[in-house]
Amino acid sequence: MIRFLLRRLLTMAVTLLIISALVFFIIKLPPGDFLSNQIALLREQGDADAAAKAEFLIRQYGLDKPAWQQYLVWLGVMPGPNGFSGLLQGDWGWSFEFDRPVFEVVGDALWLTILVNLGAVVFIHVVAIPIAIYSATRQYSVGDYIATFFGYIGLATPSFLLALILLYYLNRWFGVSIGGLYDAQYAGEPWTWPKIRSLLSHLIVPTVVIGLAGTAAMIRRMRANLLDELGKQYYVTAKAKGLNPRKALLKYPFRMSLNPFIADIGNLLPHLISGSVLVSLVLSLPTVGPILLSALKSQDQFLAGFILMFVAVLTVVGMLVSDLLLAWLDPRIRMGGAG
Amino acid sequence: MNTALPSKRHYVDPAPFDPGAMEPIGTENESFYRASSWQLMWWKFRRHKVALAAAYILLAFYLLVPLVEVIAPYNQTTRHSDYIYAPPQSVHLMHEGRFIGPFVYPYAYTFDIETFQRLYTVDTSNPQPIRFFCRGDAYEFWGVLPTNVHLFCPPENGTMYLLGTDRLGRDLLSRIIYGARISLTIGIVGIAVSFTLGLFFGGLAGYLGGWVDHVIQRMIEILRSLPELPLWLALSAALPANWSPILIFFGITIILGLLDWPGLARAVRSKLLSLREEDFVKAAELMGASKSRIIGRHLIPNFMSHLIASATLSIPSMILGETALSFLGLGLRPPVTSWGVLLNEAQNLAAVQLYPWLLFPIIPVILVVLAFNFMGDGLRDAADPYH
Repeated sequence: MIRFLLRRLLTMAVTLLIISALVFFIIKLPPGDFLSNQIALLREQGDADAAAKAEFLIRQYGLDKPAWQQYLVWLGVMPGPNGFSGLLQGDWGWSFEFDRPVFEVVGDALWLTILVNLGAVVFIHVVAIPIAIYSATRQYSVGDYIATFFGYIGLATPSFLLALILLYYLNRWFGVSIGGLYDAQYAGEPWTWPKIRSLLSHLIVPTVVIGLAGTAAMIRRMRANLLDELGKQYYVTAKAKGLNPRKALLKYPFRMSLNPFIADIGNLLPHLISGSVLVSLVLSLPTVGPILLSALKSQDQFLAGFILMFVAVLTVVGMLVSDLLLAWLDPRIRMGGAG
Repeated sequence: MNTALPSKRHYVDPAPFDPGAMEPIGTENESFYRASSWQLMWWKFRRHKVALAAAYILLAFYLLVPLVEVIAPYNQTTRHSDYIYAPPQSVHLMHEGRFIGPFVYPYAYTFDIETFQRLYTVDTSNPQPIRFFCRGDAYEFWGVLPTNVHLFCPPENGTMYLLGTDRLGRDLLSRIIYGARISLTIGIVGIAVSFTLGLFFGGLAGYLGGWVDHVIQRMIEILRSLPELPLWLALSAALPANWSPILIFFGITIILGLLDWPGLARAVRSKLLSLREEDFVKAAELMGASKSRIIGRHLIPNFMSHLIASATLSIPSMILGETALSFLGLGLRPPVTSWGVLLNEAQNLAAVQLYPWLLFPIIPVILVVLAFNFMGDGLRDAADPYH
């Protein structure tokens, strides 16, 4: 198990390294950058002091160096103007647009992003497993058809459009405002119980919206898996021998069908995070989504780069966790030297 | 060989061979055995009623694409400054208990000084029949033929905004019809990009094997582990602002295709690897077929149907990707009209509350995406007709 863990960690590190190069390449693609645009603007306005400050920032962050050097400095493997200070050292850079360190700009948004995505994963599992068991054990019943139908709808409706529709109808029918993180009167207040409750009630809709497509996919796959297992002889034998049906179901076929279910978390996560970025934009949730959009629009390179890196780390770590869970559940994988 | 070992010649029965005598085939079976695999696929696909219906819906949508100017009652850019944010007019058939064919009631508006809102009131006393095969806004059909014929037009001196108008008083129905052209083609062009890349990289990995295979596999894994949307956002933010709308269109399709190919490449690779071991490949090799002939003539046709099915299933994600990007203002930009560009106006909650008809472009998006999903499922089931 330890060897398996080490090997997976090593692969993960290499993957992240490649991703970081890719991310840096992408944020460097647009011609110019925030500061040089800014300097041109300030020069036009004749604001020499501000232009001088921007030029100082350019030197400070080594933006006058070749791109590959900038990348190494950003990563923290090459000394920049401030010595070794990059992602590896925990220095996430400076947001030129907000004129504050990236760490302060993203701050709480990181936790909220993790919370919303974790919530969506939990939601998917809690909802999908019982429905899939119901559908599979009562195949072709009315309930099965209803579940399948909603599964298709959930699969095909883009999450951000669903968020828009919900935003409209919930507001119109129930007067519920689901945008934002908590009710307006709690803004700037200390964390009290009502504020937390308000936060949680505002999180329900986004979690459901983000998780819906994943839930639909999960139900379909789990139902198919379980149906395969239910047709096998060991289950028929167990039933024929008079084992309690619930026990017969949960102890053997259910556990067998769980394997691909966990393996799927890895495939699910990139979609979830994509969905959460979009849905946050529609529902104006302060996750990293809206910050990323504004950073990309204004070419605030360190901010955009950090957020792209963050979502990549989130998915890669999520995949690692799902791999480890799978290896723990299924000895064939950790022994078989998969990788 | 035969000359070296003359004594081990094959024994050949001199009697004439009659295939019918060996195993009588029923007429029903005969057509089955003689059918080409494409025919078998069609038979199998046809049995899948939902998929078939979805295919017809898509066909209808795509027939719209070359004919948008004729079908749309107005031009996409025609502004009606008197009818800003006009609500949808409904089509009626019966006026005061009498059937007079499809018509609309005209509306008049008053401007509410206090709320700065336009209040539209419907005048039900004066039915205005809709005209068919009529003359309306002028346009150039396919960019060459100047004409003004439309399938249906607003009544004489009247208006017909079946889905309402937007903030510039442009007819939303016409804009949705025009938007279909961009939104529907972007899925096809995008899938063409991703298909080419997938076939190339997957073929390379499956054919060459070794370290090339290894590198491509790692590349696929990394690309698949990245969330698509943030990358799409970043890449489309990198498109220069001074590009023409057409260049932006191609830029966006390439971006959509760039992140989509790994799934296809993986399918190509695994199919190539498994088919390479099949007997018919060995037979072709022994008969002296060249590698390129084996790949081009025997392997690719064998899994083409699978590829097409899985490509169909990834068209919806392209259409949704474009919609999402344009919705966020990073995709296509006006004057190009796509469903996402139209939804961009619905981004504002206040607008959605006051003018909910701005959300109408959602309906064709969902319809097309659902139809592609159903059709793709049907195709996938039919792709392997011998099972």
